[in-house]
This record gives sequence, structure tokens and C-alpha cells, in this order.
Amino acid sequence: MTLPELSHEEILRYSRHLLIPEVGLEGQRKLKASSVLVIGTGGLGSPVALYLAAAGVGRIGLVDYDVVDSSNLQRQVIHGTSTIGKLKVESARAKLLDLNPDIQVDVYNEPYTSENAMRIASDYDLIIDGTDNFPTRYLTNDVAVFLGKPNIYGSIFRFDGQVSVFYAKEGPCYRCLFPEPPPPGLVPSCAEGGVLGVLPGTIGTIQATEALKVLLGIGTPLIGKLLLYNALDMSFDFVTLKKNPNCRVCGPNADIKELIDYEEFCGVPGHDHGEEGSAGEGLDITAGELAERLKTNHLKLLDVREPHELEISALPGAVNIPLGQLAARLSELDSAEEMVVFCKGGTRSARALELLASAGFKKVKNLKGGINAWAREVDRSLPVY
Amino acid sequence: MSILKIPTPLRSYTDGRAEVTVNGGTVASALSSLIEQHPALKPHLFNEQGELRAFVNLFLGEHNIKDLQGLDTPLSENDRLILIPSIAGG
Repeated sequence: MTLPELSHEEILRYSRHLLIPEVGLEGQRKLKASSVLVIGTGGLGSPVALYLAAAGVGRIGLVDYDVVDSSNLQRQVIHGTSTIGKLKVESARAKLLDLNPDIQVDVYNEPYTSENAMRIASDYDLIIDGTDNFPTRYLTNDVAVFLGKPNIYGSIFRFDGQVSVFYAKEGPCYRCLFPEPPPPGLVPSCAEGGVLGVLPGTIGTIQATEALKVLLGIGTPLIGKLLLYNALDMSFDFVTLKKNPNCRVCGPNADIKELIDYEEFCGVPGHDHGEEGSAGEGLDITAGELAERLKTNHLKLLDVREPHELEISALPGAVNIPLGQLAARLSELDSAEEMVVFCKGGTRSARALELLASAGFKKVKNLKGGINAWAREVDRSLPVY
Repeated sequence: MSILKIPTPLRSYTDGRAEVTVNGGTVASALSSLIEQHPALKPHLFNEQGELRAFVNLFLGEHNIKDLQGLDTPLSENDRLILIPSIAGG
């Protein structure tokens, strides 16, 4: 393939790359000829896309279906206050083209699903996993395996980060390490558990570094290696990953030959909004309904959030038992009493409801959307977080 | 005695500890020692049948115990075990 030429403006722009022998003029032209698909323009996608654009990757694809929310800006630095409410892919495209007008940015304002993923990804050299949920991570992996493309994986939670290059042609894939997802609810999402804002910056820039190395064919990419980063300990551990001979997508006896229903496989939805959590048909009560009920009836309120969250917002009279302690503290509750369980957005309380139901509690309801819904619909003096 | 490194998602079950000192000559006995000290961890690591959950990855040094002798992998004094969580945030 003939590599594209660089204009004088581009030569000046990439001068610091051209000075490195490992990149040089030819490497920079390789980058100009290359294409990268970034799944998710959130915490990880932000630094990845910004640095790949700055580095001169010729074509960047962005997949996201969300709009910018102010709670994103603590870490999703590609967006800004001026783009709150706008489509994330459009907000990101504008920032990338401002940073580097010489590149092409293709946007896909749609969820990445089994229906569209192969079509979207087939047009790119490399895929970056910057998603925020298990179903999309398994989907991203399987697509990369089926298309024979490298998948630059990064994942974060609170202070922990992981990075690897999953490339089934040369090493293990995501499923070799994680053959199956954790049961729904066992691992909290960032919307529920929180994340240090700078953490995706650290992990995302490492993903961008690996992407550039793979595109340039330089150095030793993290194929067959997993980097484990902990910001609190400031520790970087590396472990060796081997191809799993029993891997269901990349092993010699693989039985998954096409994309599956990943939400069903993981038992959770393919998004991480953490809002409007519902316990299911007939098990929810809305904030408005609860406000009405409380005018006439006494109802026990059970808050299953962590104690430090009560400093942000609280409902008077509510008893606080964090979800993680609920199973051990059931004796503090009376199953004969009518009770409404709540958390921040309704996800943890929905799980609490399952736990209570299995312990014989029948008169419990889940506050749909959590205390945030209460703050939006009933008591506007409370903050939404 | 070996050191077992606990990832942040599981530290709420180890009183916030980042590392736990465990006893035992094999990975299985080290895990028993861990559960004995922090019983709340048990459902996160083992299924109802008492088997290590499929998404739990335990590494001895830089090697997955699945690539060694699994739960029977022998441990030496001061060995370092790392629990690798399944996390999905982005």
C-alpha cells in the first residue's frame, strides 16, 4: 500500500514525532493511513480519542448514543460545559477536529449492538474498548476476534484499572481471561460505585499508547500481558495471560461462531446510566406515589446506600443499611411491616428487594429512580448526584 | 505465609485492607485462610458448590493459577498472590 504524503503543515504539526526514529516520516504516514474505532466516548474514550487525533491517526470512528451530562465532566474531558445536552459523538467530533482538522472523524450515534457491530468495526484497523458495561465488552471482544483485529482493552473501577491488547491471532482474547461475566449485581458499575476522575485518564492514555505501538509496529504491545494499576497504592502489576484452549470464541474448539445476545449472556443491560433503576413489574413505587402514600400512611423507609452518601442527600426517618450488609442485618427489619427501599438511582435497591424477597419479605417496594428521582420530582431542595 | 493482594472492588469485604497475609502450603489453603479472616468475601469468590467462580482470576506472581496446578498449586514462603477482578467501568 502506498502511504499518503504529509503536507508541510502536517510535517510541522508532527515535528516531535518525526524526530523520533521509531516513528519518523514513514511512521507518521502510517498513522495518517490508519483507522481506529473507539467504542464509547466516556472516561476512557475521551483521552484515547484526543491523543489519537493529536497523534495524527487519519480516521477515527466514535460510537456512542448518549448525550453529555454534567456528571460526566469530572472525567470525560473531551466534552465540556458548553456541550452539556448535546450528542456525545458530536461533542467529541467537534473537539477532535479543533485539535486536528487534518483527520477524519466518523460518528455512529447508536448503541453498539450485535446488529451493527460487525458492519461498523469491519472498516477499521483496530478497535478500542472504552465501554462501561459487561455486555458491550463481550460484544467488542467477539467482534474483534471474528474480524481478526486487535482490541485494545481498558477497564476501570474506583481506583483500579486494567489494560491489555487482546489479539486472538497472536495471543489471548478477553474471554480467555474472563470466560463468563460476574453474576448481575456482584460488581457495581461506575454510576453506582464511583470512579476517581483521573483514573480513566491514566488508563486511556495507556490504551492510546498501545494503539499507536500496534499501528506503527513498534515496541512490545501488551499482547499476552495484563496491566493492573491501582491509583491508591500507585502500583503497576503485570501478569501473563495465556490463550485458553477451552475459549469459546478463539479456542481450537470454539462453539461461538457468530455474535450472540450479550445482554442475555451477562444478565444486565448494555449501558451504565445507573438511573431509573426498576425492580420490575409491580415491585416499584414512583417518587410521586411515595410522596402521596407518606401523607396518609406510615411506611418504613430503608436506605441501602453507603453511609458517606447520606451526607449528600437523605430522607428523614429512613433506616440506613448498606446493601453489602443487608444479608447479615435482616434481623433488624420486620417482614410484617410495609417498607420502601431506596438507593441513589434504584439499581442497588432493586437488588435489595430480591434479597428481601428471598428472605420472605413480601410487603416491600423499590423507589424507582432512587433518591435522585425523589430530588427531581418531589423535593427539589435535595441535590441530584 | 503468603501475601494476597485485594483489588479495590473487594476491599469493602476486607475492612479496607489492600493486602491480607494468608497461611497455607497451597492456593486452596491460602484461600481458606483468607475466607476465615474475611468471611464476607466467600460468596464473591466461591459458588454455592464451593468451587472458585469462573470469573475469579487468581495469579501467583505473574502466572494464572489455572496455568499452574489450580487450587493445588503449592505456595512457598512470601509468595505473592493477586486477585484480579472483573471490572467493566469506562
